[in-house]
Amino acid sequence: MEMADFVRTVATDLDRGGRLCSWFGVPEGGATRIVAVIAFDADNTLAVGRSKPVTGSYKSLTVTHAQAHLFERELWEQHGLIPEGHPWLKPVRKIQNNAPAVGEFFRVDGGEIHEVAVGPVHAGIIEPGHFRFQCAGEEVLHLEIALGYQHRGAEAVLPGGPHRATMSQMETVAGDTTIAHATAYATVLEALAGTEAPLRAQWLRSLALELERLANHTGDLGALANDVAFLPTSSACGKIRGDFLNLTAIICGNRFGRGLVRPGGCRHDLDEERAKLLLERLTAALAEADQAALWLWDAVSARARFENTGVVHAKQASEIGLVGLAARACGLLRDARFDHPMGWHRFAQVPVSVWPGGDVFARARVRALEIQRSGQFLKEQLVAPPDGEVRSELTPPMPDSLAVALVEGWRGEVCHVALTDATGHFRRYKITDPSFHNWTGLALALRGTAISDFPICNKSFNLSYCGFDL
Amino acid sequence: MYVIDTITHRLKRGCETMAYPKGPAPALPDRHGGALRVDATKCVADCDACVPVCPTEAITRKAGQAVALDLGRCIFCTECVTACPTKAITQTNDHRLATRKREDLVLGGGGLEEVRLAAALDEKLRKLFGRSLRLRQVSAGGCNACEADTNVLGTIGWDLSRFGIQFVASPRHADGLLVTGPVSKNMELALKKTWDAVPEPKLVIAVGACAIAGGPFVGHSQVNDGASAVVPVDLFIPGCPPHPLTILDGLLRLLGRLEEKQGEHRA
Repeated sequence: MEMADFVRTVATDLDRGGRLCSWFGVPEGGATRIVAVIAFDADNTLAVGRSKPVTGSYKSLTVTHAQAHLFERELWEQHGLIPEGHPWLKPVRKIQNNAPAVGEFFRVDGGEIHEVAVGPVHAGIIEPGHFRFQCAGEEVLHLEIALGYQHRGAEAVLPGGPHRATMSQMETVAGDTTIAHATAYATVLEALAGTEAPLRAQWLRSLALELERLANHTGDLGALANDVAFLPTSSACGKIRGDFLNLTAIICGNRFGRGLVRPGGCRHDLDEERAKLLLERLTAALAEADQAALWLWDAVSARARFENTGVVHAKQASEIGLVGLAARACGLLRDARFDHPMGWHRFAQVPVSVWPGGDVFARARVRALEIQRSGQFLKEQLVAPPDGEVRSELTPPMPDSLAVALVEGWRGEVCHVALTDATGHFRRYKITDPSFHNWTGLALALRGTAISDFPICNKSFNLSYCGFDL
Repeated sequence: MYVIDTITHRLKRGCETMAYPKGPAPALPDRHGGALRVDATKCVADCDACVPVCPTEAITRKAGQAVALDLGRCIFCTECVTACPTKAITQTNDHRLATRKREDLVLGGGGLEEVRLAAALDEKLRKLFGRSLRLRQVSAGGCNACEADTNVLGTIGWDLSRFGIQFVASPRHADGLLVTGPVSKNMELALKKTWDAVPEPKLVIAVGACAIAGGPFVGHSQVNDGASAVVPVDLFIPGCPPHPLTILDGLLRLLGRLEEKQGEHRA
């Protein structure tokens, strides 16, 4: 399709309920072909489109569809294609003098206006990023988030792959989302081999995925409580989070699930005795997590800090293409496990947790609901394993093919797209972490909020820096 | 009534901080395997089964020598343990891995069988830091796993502050840096500035395979293959990520607060 037609078609698809999962360039000769992956959540379908090779510039999609804004910036940075009319075209992760080339920041002028700059190195044990606030007194008028500090070249190295280190790199794209990224990668390779992993492996991956969700959601509830100085929930959740990580370690030895998911299946099996031990400890940890969450809901002082803080409206969320729990906390029914089920989630579903409001409270509530529902899923699944092997040999990837995998990680949709060349090697591999969609949500949440509420707003999203920076 | 409920619940649970290091160390997960050991005498001639399975190229074999395994590069995936036909590379289940020197992490190849565990700081520094160590954490391309398992040390189970070790919000308040990640080019300047802002005398602790040698991203042009490229490292704590127990062991070892000798742990 000609570029102008391509942009118009994508725009029409987005208008009729589509959502931009991914948008990236594939070098072809001296030009670039653009590939778009669009999800129609209500229809449970995915659409993939590609343009004819283009050079120079094209009419920006962002002008009418804000959810494309970072994708177009990235495309410009990686392939030099200029999206004409893009309102804020600047680098995403480019290196300049041993720091990211962040460019000029948006500024608000006026007598009462002041600017606050935070980062890249933050006050806690947390990844680096730069935040630039435009404030009138306490009130934040605008927040611009400049990332790129964590850029490790995770994607640039993939053409010509898979390489020896690729699996380990996928496990560390976002280290707290090891299982989701590893599963997406393994599924892509399985699809390119024209097969899927043994059912038992898919079952085991789904268990690990929900355990990953439990650990992170519990940690986040504790961190939110900590940020409003509500220590009972904070200290309890800190410990329970560790308990959940240790459950993953029962399966594979590593608290983050490294070494478990491999193309073709899983590297470890969960025998009956281990499953029993896991269920026993899980039940205890879930009861504790429930209790810790109850304290938080009961504490009026804590709730008052969460309610109506950092609001993102459903319409905004939809416009910027928010995914995962942040979208569900705006009342949007958006969950890849439900909309685009893959692997074991085709056979066993987790109810989608939605809460209206779009504030910090809603994001905390969705987490607590998901802890309950993922917990229930695990309890049911642990006693009903499918028989069979956990690993099968994979044939090499098919040449000249495309494969897409969507996995609902704990933050939201993890999207991997692979294109192979004539020899079956990666021609292009695109990783989209949910954080890539959601950082804009945090920036919007801050508008009109007091700057002192930034920590709880930030924690309520808890987005990945390295998953964004790749 | 949440106040009374909360207090009652907390009272019922009692103290949840582990007994270690006064009591025994908690066991590592059985599939974790802990530190690796290389018995070079078991290496048969012309075998390099372990070399190609290592994702980070931590294993090399020079002609006429036994294999050399660099635990600084190692991400402990244990593919080599599975691949070795003669059990030359084995798991020890030992959580202790921290060293003072980079070369003390290289096993086999005619050298060490096990890591040479970190010696304590000299007396002068121990006097300064032994009972009060303030660290600034810098994540420089870290994936948030090393960061998470460092953070865990602050929870009630581990309670790092009982040793006088704390993470602080400014380099000006710090006695040293704890670095995670391969040090991305984009964080090089920030890391250097943070280091410069820490008053002398100061330490650097590199946590995880990335901070020691680049980890899974070793060799990428966008990273520095570890903290040593930018700052002088005093303590290396391997792992991907290191278990919290391994990190704690490293910190206490550096401060001279662990009495036991090498080999004692498994006796």
